[in-house]
Amino acid sequence: MIDSVVIPLLKILIVLNAVLVAVTFMVLLERKVIAWTQVRLGPMRVGPHGILQPIADVLKLMIKEDITPVKADRWVFTMSPMLVLVPALIMFAVIPFGPTTSLFGREVTLYITDLNVGLLYIVSVTSIGVYGIILAGWSSNSKYPLLAGLRASAQLISYEVAVTMALVSMIVSAGTLSMVGIVNAQASQGVWYLFIQPVAFFIFFVGGLAETNRAPFDMPEAEQELTGGFHTEYSGMRVALFFLAEYANMIVLASVATTLFLGGWLRPFPNVEALAFLGIIPSWCWFLLKTFVFLYIFIWIRATLPRYRYDQLMRIGWKVLIPLAIANVVVSGILKVMF
Amino acid sequence: MAETITFYMLGGLILLFAVLVVSTRNTVHGIIFLVIDFLVVALLYASMNSMFVAAIQVLVYAGGIVVLYLFVVMLVNHKRPPEEYADPNRRNWLGAAMTAAVLGELVIIGAYASLRPAAVSASATKVGYVKETAMVLYTDYIIPFELVSILLLVAMVGAIILARREW
Repeated sequence: MIDSVVIPLLKILIVLNAVLVAVTFMVLLERKVIAWTQVRLGPMRVGPHGILQPIADVLKLMIKEDITPVKADRWVFTMSPMLVLVPALIMFAVIPFGPTTSLFGREVTLYITDLNVGLLYIVSVTSIGVYGIILAGWSSNSKYPLLAGLRASAQLISYEVAVTMALVSMIVSAGTLSMVGIVNAQASQGVWYLFIQPVAFFIFFVGGLAETNRAPFDMPEAEQELTGGFHTEYSGMRVALFFLAEYANMIVLASVATTLFLGGWLRPFPNVEALAFLGIIPSWCWFLLKTFVFLYIFIWIRATLPRYRYDQLMRIGWKVLIPLAIANVVVSGILKVMF
Repeated sequence: MAETITFYMLGGLILLFAVLVVSTRNTVHGIIFLVIDFLVVALLYASMNSMFVAAIQVLVYAGGIVVLYLFVVMLVNHKRPPEEYADPNRRNWLGAAMTAAVLGELVIIGAYASLRPAAVSASATKVGYVKETAMVLYTDYIIPFELVSILLLVAMVGAIILARREW
């Protein structure tokens, strides 16, 4: 009873709350890092160095008026923010934060579940996430959101192909689709897949930026041309849900990248005995540290690179990344058979 | 017992959403119901422990194909009710004959399945697992598999020819 119901529920509760708190502080981190890049201070007023800013923001968003446009398609309009958020959150079900650990005299796995098709689960749930964005754009019954919704769907479909192909070549190396299995494969081969599959990592990273609508691919929410993008007509808590989903997606992307290419919970260079002293740091700390590095890089990229034009974005997706990904699959397959 | 109840509940939901797809006036709502329908089908697969098939169902049908439907419908949708126009070619004897053939086929398949249940082979119990599915697909069923891919290729070439402006 305890093992089958209580512990999974507790794990879900902890992960969900941790993600939601992490998301609010991601927003603060992003504002701070961008401010530092631009030699500003960023939020400073609420709490020391603005540390309580997220709480103030959430409170403000919760007490704002919630407006539904008269001409909007009411139930689709209401449903869309949830449709964006739910896929982003349920992806955490298969992310392995650490191996089996004993906590309070009980063997506990530091992941919610280990599907034998875990990676495929993540890819499919990502592909469901686009509906919220498209339908938010369509149901607002307004020009800019509709354009943004179309852009979002085109962008997601294009980059999904490249990312999935990149993952296929990664699977060729790992020989399994289970997220835990992939980390264990890296442990037994003694190397992070970043070094075995650098091209797949590059494609996954670029495609992931595009799939989460991050700069320099933040076409669907280009403020200057679309007055905010698909959530233009939303207000109050519903906008907050969209932002929540966006940042939750970023965290998922960072954790998936960590699991697949940076060895998940493994310490750096798991095959070098001389670094064994690094093992005193708990495995889940390594996982969180690597994920944080990824998140920092996302923000760094946003602060540094200008936005692509739409046709450039499509050209990169179809003419560069997809052929590269297919070639990578072929080369990985040949190398796998030869060695 | 629990499996049977799950099966009939999911089956009922699939039928319900399928009917909603064709009965709603608003095409975008119809597509939303179609997505839900595909997701329930994926649930049905998952309830039979075929996680791989369920994931592919979500990825390909709910996530890939229907997004394209939505894309098209959003671009042509004018939020007008469909025009009251009875296509004279729609209700004819050929259509009736083909419908009867499909219904007859369904009845025969149903009767055949209930009269002679398929023997459970060793590989069929593991149909949800990637390696087993891939092994069967690339050895025993390689010719149907390749035929399907050729069919898709033909459809793709056809779509490109249709979409091309200059000849």
